Amino acid sequence: MEYFLELSSSGLVRGSIYALIALGYTMVYGIIQLINFAHGEIYMIGAFVALIVSGVLTIYGFSGVSILILAGLIAVIYAAAYGYTLEKIAYRPLRNAPRLSPLISAIGMSLFLQNYVLLAQTPDFLPFPALIPDFDFMEPIAHIMGSAELVILVTSAVSMVALTVLIKYTRIGKAMRATQQDMTMARLVGVNVDNVISTTFIIGSVLAAIGGVLVGSYIGQINFYIGFMAGVKAFTAAVLGGIGNIPGAVLGAMVLGLTEAYAAGYISSAYEDVFAFGVLVLILILRPSGLLGKAVTQKV
Amino acid sequence: MLELRNVDTYYGNIQALKGISIDVNEGEIVTLIGANGAGKSTTLMTICGVTPPRSGEIYFKGTPIHKMPTDKIVAMGLVQVPEGRRIFPNMSVLENLEMGTFLRRDKSEIQKDIDYAFDLFPILAQRRSQMGGTLSGGEQQMLAISRALMARPQVLLLDEPSLGLAPLIIKQIFEIIKKINQEQKTTVFLVEQNANQALKLADRGYVMENGRITLTDTAENLLDNEQVREAYLGL
Ligand SMILES: Nc1ncnc2c1ncn2[C@@H]1O[C@H](COP(=O)(O)OP(=O)(O)OP(=O)(O)O)[C@@H](O)[C@H]1O
Ligand SMILES: [Mg+2]
Repeated sequence: MEYFLELSSSGLVRGSIYALIALGYTMVYGIIQLINFAHGEIYMIGAFVALIVSGVLTIYGFSGVSILILAGLIAVIYAAAYGYTLEKIAYRPLRNAPRLSPLISAIGMSLFLQNYVLLAQTPDFLPFPALIPDFDFMEPIAHIMGSAELVILVTSAVSMVALTVLIKYTRIGKAMRATQQDMTMARLVGVNVDNVISTTFIIGSVLAAIGGVLVGSYIGQINFYIGFMAGVKAFTAAVLGGIGNIPGAVLGAMVLGLTEAYAAGYISSAYEDVFAFGVLVLILILRPSGLLGKAVTQKV
Repeated sequence: MLELRNVDTYYGNIQALKGISIDVNEGEIVTLIGANGAGKSTTLMTICGVTPPRSGEIYFKGTPIHKMPTDKIVAMGLVQVPEGRRIFPNMSVLENLEMGTFLRRDKSEIQKDIDYAFDLFPILAQRRSQMGGTLSGGEQQMLAISRALMARPQVLLLDEPSLGLAPLIIKQIFEIIKKINQEQKTTVFLVEQNANQALKLADRGYVMENGRITLTDTAENLLDNEQVREAYLGL
């Protein structure tokens, strides 16, 4: 039983990270039907910025939680700037091009950002400091869930609630929903669709960077390639939940994270990817539009 | 109030509007009639900056708007009820109306306008929490018109509001258009294939064929015009 709880906790942690990244894929897809292949790289860049900033802050004598918060904040700002710029230079000029063009541009940007970090930093893994402290109150259940895991779960949950509130109640959230449902009509009620698209990239990047910082601190090392694998998994989660559907992305991420954790724990960690993608294939056979995705119907 | 001067609009290499000029004066109801594919919807989308013209000019109250983005044009008071209604399917009736107020700053006045819309179309009040995508065609048309009114338009651009509706509903919709024009002093530019009804409602009309304006006159004269009677009134 305890082993099961331990696996569940690690599955939920993985799921939360996938969810933070998957939200960016699914929101962008929902609005401009583009799979932003470079999204995983934003997550990776977030982790690198946090690593560099935390190094600098350590030299200046900052410690523990204050480093986590400051480094996280700066990472988020950087990632937002990257996401915004990415859309502006790589996708916006191709807004009216055939659908394949922005997709190719996205793959290009992904490779470019990976190689940029590889050259500017190093091809090797870099150690990432454990920025999340051990809480005393977690001591009794530390064998099931550690402090770092708790922080990841809580931070992800808070981020997702904030996103939900933003989309449901704020002016920009309403503009995002309108644009997602009918871009031309959104224009006709006065929505500046370019701003909405930029905002969507910024929000997605912020969430991904939060994920990057948390994972860096949790796993303890990062390199230029971490965005690729995490990106593939998060994209899988988004498809699993129904691409374009926000709660779907979170659900898909949790299903994926838990499947991987149980497969790794009960069978072998060598098989976790087999099971992860096995679940994807199975669900897409049973529900081609994903867990919460709607079959495409249009009432005229 | 609204002037189009030699407007050319293209879809890629296809020219949909071929040097059209149209004037709509303040307070008027002007209709644009024409067959399928004549370029009527393109005209409205061009006015609103969704498919901007390649050449020619469009003025609204003397200000050139043909290079403005759509949201700025809407902010000036040119509001369209597009072909096919384009209700936001996953928003409730009330949320659709709220989207119509997107650019408004006078939040305190909005409730009054929502009440006015519910007064015009009482069925919408009953359906206020229902999702837009599940409304009937007639209800969607009423909602589309109401959503446009929420923006307090100076010129209301309507694209085939009668399309696919039962005669009784069409009659009701046309009466409301008249009422909006009279009570709110809203200028109306109405695109229709239902030429008979449109000309009966309008002050003046334009006839469009293959992207060109081929005829323009008072609505009364157009109703009597031999060509129009043959081609559009089926008489
Ligand atoms: N997105 C588009 N891409 C290419 N051609 C288009 C596009 N939209 C319209 N057209 C073409 O432009 C011409 C004018 O179309 P438009 O929709 O303006 O006609 P309409 O008068 O509104 O017709 P209807 O009465 O059927 O609504 C048509 O030949 C149409 O095929
Ligand atoms: Mg049309």
